[in-house]
Amino acid sequence: MTDNGRYAVIGKPLPKVDAASRVTGQAVYADDMLLPRTLHCRILRSPHPHARIVSIDTSAARRMPGVHAVITGADLPIKFGILPVTQDERALEHEKVRYVGDPIAAVAATDEEIAAAACDAIAVEYQVLEPVMSIDAALGRPKDERIQDYGGPNNIHKLVALEFGDVNGGFARADHVREDVFFFQGNTHLPMEQHSAVATYIDGKVTLWSSTQVVHYVHRALAKVLELPMNRIRVIGAAHGGGFGGKTDPFAHEIIVAKLAMITGRPVKCTLTREEVFYAHRGRHPVLMWVRTGVTSDGRITAMHFKSALDGGAYGSYGVASTFYTGALQTVTYDIPAYRFEGCRVFTNKPPCGPKRGHGTPQPRFAIELHLEKIARDLGIDPVEMKRANFVKPMTRTVNWMRVTSCGLEECTELVMKASGYRERERRSGRGMGFAISSYLSGAGTAIYWNDMPHSEVQIKVDRGGVTAYCGAMDIGQGSDSVLAAVVAEELGLQPKDIRLVTADTDTTPIDLGSYSSRVTFMAGNAALEAARKMRALLVEAVEASGRKYEEVSFEEASVLAEARFGTLTTAGSYTPPKIAGPYKGSGVGPSPAYSYSACVVDLDADPRTGLIHLNKVWIAHDVGRAINPLLVEGQVEGSVYMGLGEALMEEQTFRKGLHKWPSMLEYKSPTFLDMPDVETFIVETNDPEGPYGAKEAGQGPLLPVIPAVNAAVFDALGIWVDEVPVTPEKIVEALRRRDKGEPPRYGPQRFPEIPYPPTIKVDPPPRDLDRAAAASI
Amino acid sequence: MNGERTELLLPVHKTLLEVLREDMQLTGTKHGCELGECGTCTVLVDGKPELSCLLLPIQIEGRAVTTVEGLASGSRLHPLQQAFAELGAAQCGYCTPGILLASKSLLDTNQRPTRDEIREALAGNLCRCTGYMKILEAIELAAERMSTHSPSPLAGKEGMGRISDR
Repeated sequence: MTDNGRYAVIGKPLPKVDAASRVTGQAVYADDMLLPRTLHCRILRSPHPHARIVSIDTSAARRMPGVHAVITGADLPIKFGILPVTQDERALEHEKVRYVGDPIAAVAATDEEIAAAACDAIAVEYQVLEPVMSIDAALGRPKDERIQDYGGPNNIHKLVALEFGDVNGGFARADHVREDVFFFQGNTHLPMEQHSAVATYIDGKVTLWSSTQVVHYVHRALAKVLELPMNRIRVIGAAHGGGFGGKTDPFAHEIIVAKLAMITGRPVKCTLTREEVFYAHRGRHPVLMWVRTGVTSDGRITAMHFKSALDGGAYGSYGVASTFYTGALQTVTYDIPAYRFEGCRVFTNKPPCGPKRGHGTPQPRFAIELHLEKIARDLGIDPVEMKRANFVKPMTRTVNWMRVTSCGLEECTELVMKASGYRERERRSGRGMGFAISSYLSGAGTAIYWNDMPHSEVQIKVDRGGVTAYCGAMDIGQGSDSVLAAVVAEELGLQPKDIRLVTADTDTTPIDLGSYSSRVTFMAGNAALEAARKMRALLVEAVEASGRKYEEVSFEEASVLAEARFGTLTTAGSYTPPKIAGPYKGSGVGPSPAYSYSACVVDLDADPRTGLIHLNKVWIAHDVGRAINPLLVEGQVEGSVYMGLGEALMEEQTFRKGLHKWPSMLEYKSPTFLDMPDVETFIVETNDPEGPYGAKEAGQGPLLPVIPAVNAAVFDALGIWVDEVPVTPEKIVEALRRRDKGEPPRYGPQRFPEIPYPPTIKVDPPPRDLDRAAAASI
Repeated sequence: MNGERTELLLPVHKTLLEVLREDMQLTGTKHGCELGECGTCTVLVDGKPELSCLLLPIQIEGRAVTTVEGLASGSRLHPLQQAFAELGAAQCGYCTPGILLASKSLLDTNQRPTRDEIREALAGNLCRCTGYMKILEAIELAAERMSTHSPSPLAGKEGMGRISDR
């Protein structure tokens, strides 16, 4: 499928455009900035998981030498939040705290030590309330009071119930019906860089540099809470030290430093400690899942009913979207003719959960992949072949109205099957291989706040032989700057290093909605393509007017001819996703202009005495549509495999009495160089009809199949099911002990709680054929 | 400090990490935990990798410190930097300075390490972006280039190479 010969830049494994600044230590991250007269900020945080604030006395802190300002919630009373429907956070809380770490007061001082000492000098009187620490507790009646004053009943945040097609009929038609319960423990992003922000206030304007994934959402939150028009605020993305979804919400410290800069008239910086980063969180939701599926005797799915319960933590964050995501994408990999989804998110007194790589979909992906494995074994058929028989086909619509265009599931599966030798694998106790597939969005088809404007815009300026591309997209290390440069360079006949970039600056760049939901290559890439093609047309016209061809003259000469002919050379391009959401409430979560597909095989040794797992190798194939830069695609795939292995085997964000059990990089286990096996990566190019040069996403999808592939490999090795993530040695040993006692050879949740789901909204499925469906949906 | 004699008057409790970043503007050295857990702040002291967040200035008096700013020769990248850039071994780049320095120390003592030896030498350096694969490949490429361009009589004998060139 490749036609790389057509392109000079696209498809070439070029170094990242910012590589030199990264390897020389010259990239300026937010905490590297030191403006003259900078004040340093520390934040006082709640030691209680749930408490009313009776009083806050800052007088002693204010008197301390070196302290320039102390603020509390009374100074920043306006609530904000990433989703319009859950504006439930304050930069500083002065009425009630809802998790250990909830910010209460902030100090700006001449150095960090004085600021920290001043925080210690602030006296807060609390009325401690009973904390709610589990899904079960949140579903029950609160002992003292509810965590939030919306949602409900009890501490339920969100309930969803949707049905597509004839689910009862599908189950009636089935030869075999199976139910399973799974639990996916929460985990966190653990970016190497702690969140950091620096603000100035000059001439009535706030400027904020931050390690954020989304300058635009920070811009909006600042405008709301600071009560300033957006044109008086400038947000700039500093060099970024890793996000993975953890820097996608607007954060309290970003608002606090801006407010402190407004009060003091001096630059103010706040860098979170590693412990604070663990409490800032917004990571993977712990999710309890129940799934019931009907199949024919030859393994074709007739109906599926999926229930999820998400432990959301104390605030909304992206939680409503996360809830829908636990039900949205099951149908995008498997052809499910009738599907019912019931979702629930609860509030608990823990740091809020939000989006982490794969946002809301790794948990159900884990569940559905293992569930289908078990069904295949019930039927006595090969799990891989059974899954394959149910693969979704390209150019179709799913029963829940997701539009599938390009789909490389078959190619991906065949590649990892062949390379791993899965079918011919050695069968002996203690050694196992597991297989799983997945899919992910190339950007959400709908914006977080509903509007009809483009999701990404790019401007190009050509001036005296130089090309500059402007875009709001934030490079968080994934290489979005390199993609922009590659697209513009390809169209203009240049190399990426010839393109100057101005990105992620709300004053100087047009909007891009940011680095989340794997949207940047697809959306900013398409915007850049449009802008670059318009620029090329101007250059070509000017050159041809001189009687020559564009390819015959130097770029410098072409730009002089065009500037002389047209004046200032600027073009713009934008990208708005097609309106493909289905006709039902909640249909905005899940649609994407294109889905990536992955398939993975994990090979491991599992020691039945100790439960220890040794990873031998991982094979992964990823349908990226087209690799604009295969080096960067491989990097995203390998990084996804790594993060998936960490989640599968060791990473856990858990709490005891409201306190994080291990808020340090030593105790929060993540894979090291020694844990990471070799990975063989295959890039599959299906040339998506709407992606730039056919490209789709690569940064999130490849994480998803890794986790269930590990669990499946553990079953292959030892004959036990660990229906939980992470798969720790003690769970393996316990499952083996149960097997030896004659009990079911399984470790995992026993039951799914009673949840007061609302009446199910029944949605008629769309026509399956894409062309007719597209017409019907307009 | 990076080959220059440096004299500083400092509070005794400041860590080397803080001194580098705050008093010397050597912000190429990053912090990930400030507790000696992640390897991000790795620098070389007399050619050996050390965690700058756990060192006090008094401990390095009279010793040679190399930070990422001291790796390149002027504007010419060190072979490790070159290989990291070429092979995409730096994504967000935040762990990169520490890993580059730990790698340099490894290659200074073992010119052609095996992949397992590289894993062992870098086990104390966390990276969340790359999955480590491109880093391993980059170190192997740099080792190959460095040993090809400057053959040593001890090349290939593990642990027998020259000590730091500083």
